[in-house]
Amino acid sequence: MAQPIPNKENSKYVLETKDLGIYYGDFRAVTGVNIPVKRHMITAIIGPSGCGKSTLLRAFNRMNELFTGTSIEGEVLFDGENLYDPSVDPVEVRYRIGMVFQKPNPFPKSIYENIAWGARIHGFKGNMGELVESCLQQSALWDEVKDKLRQSGLALSGGQQQRLCIARALAVQPEVILMDEPASALDPIATLKIEELMQELKKNYTIVIVTHNMQQAARVSDYTAMMMLTNRETHTGTVIEFDDTKKIFTNPKDKRTEDYVTGRFG
Amino acid sequence: MKEKLVNPNYNVDIDGRNRSGSVWRWIFQLSTVIGIIALTALLLNISNSAFGYVALEAKVDPTTLTVDGSALEDQNKEQLITILKSKISDGAYNKLEKDQPFAQRSKANVYQIVVERIVRYEVKQSWSLWESLTRANEIKKESAEKYPSAKLQFISWFTSDFVSRPQSSEALTAGVRTAILGSLWTILFTILVAFPLGVGAAIYLEEYATDNWLNRTIRTNINNLAGVPSIVYGILGLAIFVRTLEPLTSGAIFGLVDPTTANGRTVLAAGLTLGLLVLPIIIINAQEAIRAVPQSLRKASYGLGATKWQTVWSHVLPNAMPGILTGTILAISRAIGETAPLVVVGASTAISFDPASPFSKFTTLPIQIYQWTSRPQDEFRSLAAAAILVLLIILLSLNASAIFLRNRFSRSY
Repeated sequence: MAQPIPNKENSKYVLETKDLGIYYGDFRAVTGVNIPVKRHMITAIIGPSGCGKSTLLRAFNRMNELFTGTSIEGEVLFDGENLYDPSVDPVEVRYRIGMVFQKPNPFPKSIYENIAWGARIHGFKGNMGELVESCLQQSALWDEVKDKLRQSGLALSGGQQQRLCIARALAVQPEVILMDEPASALDPIATLKIEELMQELKKNYTIVIVTHNMQQAARVSDYTAMMMLTNRETHTGTVIEFDDTKKIFTNPKDKRTEDYVTGRFG
Repeated sequence: MKEKLVNPNYNVDIDGRNRSGSVWRWIFQLSTVIGIIALTALLLNISNSAFGYVALEAKVDPTTLTVDGSALEDQNKEQLITILKSKISDGAYNKLEKDQPFAQRSKANVYQIVVERIVRYEVKQSWSLWESLTRANEIKKESAEKYPSAKLQFISWFTSDFVSRPQSSEALTAGVRTAILGSLWTILFTILVAFPLGVGAAIYLEEYATDNWLNRTIRTNINNLAGVPSIVYGILGLAIFVRTLEPLTSGAIFGLVDPTTANGRTVLAAGLTLGLLVLPIIIINAQEAIRAVPQSLRKASYGLGATKWQTVWSHVLPNAMPGILTGTILAISRAIGETAPLVVVGASTAISFDPASPFSKFTTLPIQIYQWTSRPQDEFRSLAAAAILVLLIILLSLNASAIFLRNRFSRSY
């Protein structure tokens, strides 16, 4: 981008959407989203299948436009500046807002190389060994893999692979980490590890997580955005309620949220 | 098992399903067997022609060349040189001396020259390997009756001499060195042109090109181009590389014109034509290989803030490389066996000197084989069979090296 996005530590929200709508061609998938993402907090996006949770999440780092013909209306503000401004380079957006995907997808390379590659493409000049170790420490994987850094990342178990993907994202030092159902392909023990990890990570990073699992949202997140289809014919989703996680789960304002979180609907 | 009480709307019939399954299995097995039989028949047929008895008649009986009671093959080098000097003209002797001084030649080499220049064996009749094995006695009798002065010999047409000798109009002294070198030179330029262009085009079409009507048309037509008969590429190559680009393909603009050719019918023109021919095949295969790289890898790479080129270079290409190489192997195998376009482009059929540069005239193995099979004499068909063996060996070793490369690339984690 022409000028780097100024890192305003004092801005109220890291990310903020303004009347955000997302289109796949002519199909309006998401409409009218206005939610903030607070610094060093975990924000969860929940809702039934097909309501546009993942689409909304990918709008935060401009992943949508890479693989599908998407366009947006409204704005996504990152430290107060619009990510979709023509002067903004999407590569820098994705560099500063990292992502962890639903299915663990380590590179078919060694564990070491999985982490080092991201740092290297961004011109990392420091001690690579230390960086790899610190990223693996932060993602609570170091003790399990420290003796086999040269082995393939694909030889790890599913849960370990997902933590490797988190370590890989940390190596480029993003400001925000987006997680798209990071535990949905994992067993309960691996899920628990990821959840504990998120609590550690939020000290240094801001996290946005999409999850199907309402207990998970209730356990890990500070804020929750509840998404729902506004119109069953057009399949357009929107955020119907955004609040403290506690409030969403104990005292939601919207009847549909209450039905959903109590399991009566969805 | 006890029979299950079945709802009459179901006709479970597991036996029937298994039966039809095994019928299909037999059909598939049969197709495999037919394929193997066809391949074996091909190999046997080639071997049948490449080895066997021949009746050789000498123009000059070697027994008349006996010196001091020792037979021709027992004489020493000096005696052989003396015979040679006395039987061939001074001009011819001096030319041999100029090619390589006799002092440096081995005895075997001088003996070979004496046989070729003076004794001059001629093939009177040749028999196939099958006949030679099953009717050896009858062949011996027949040969003795029909060609009393000829000697009967079991020979292999496929020898190391055959591979290392240049082309000749005499079946017994003909070799395929010129054709092998011609084929290798041509294939070298084919690979140099088609591989980078093909892979580059595939990367562009798969990773960069947007999905609009123009690019869809291009993709469809690349598929069509792969099906165009090779002779059409020959005509294209003749028009473009031999005629229009003659200054380039003849080497004129580099000042490297081969005095014996001085036109565009060169190794370079042939390599470019074959490159054009295999380009669509390489593009299609590379596209398939690139498309087979999981989308999740690209997502992971972009998610780290990688640019498109970093993603392609570090993840897409390394993972697609085994597939790309497999496709290239297929394409190169096709190119090395192509005859028709080279006939049109103007491969020479009877040249006896090696191609020395991209601007030399040339012949290739398939052209040589084609030329030999069209001769009326039996012995040239045996030569063709031996040349086919050479072609197959070159093909297999090229493929083996490509497979080796592929396995190195796919040494995956």
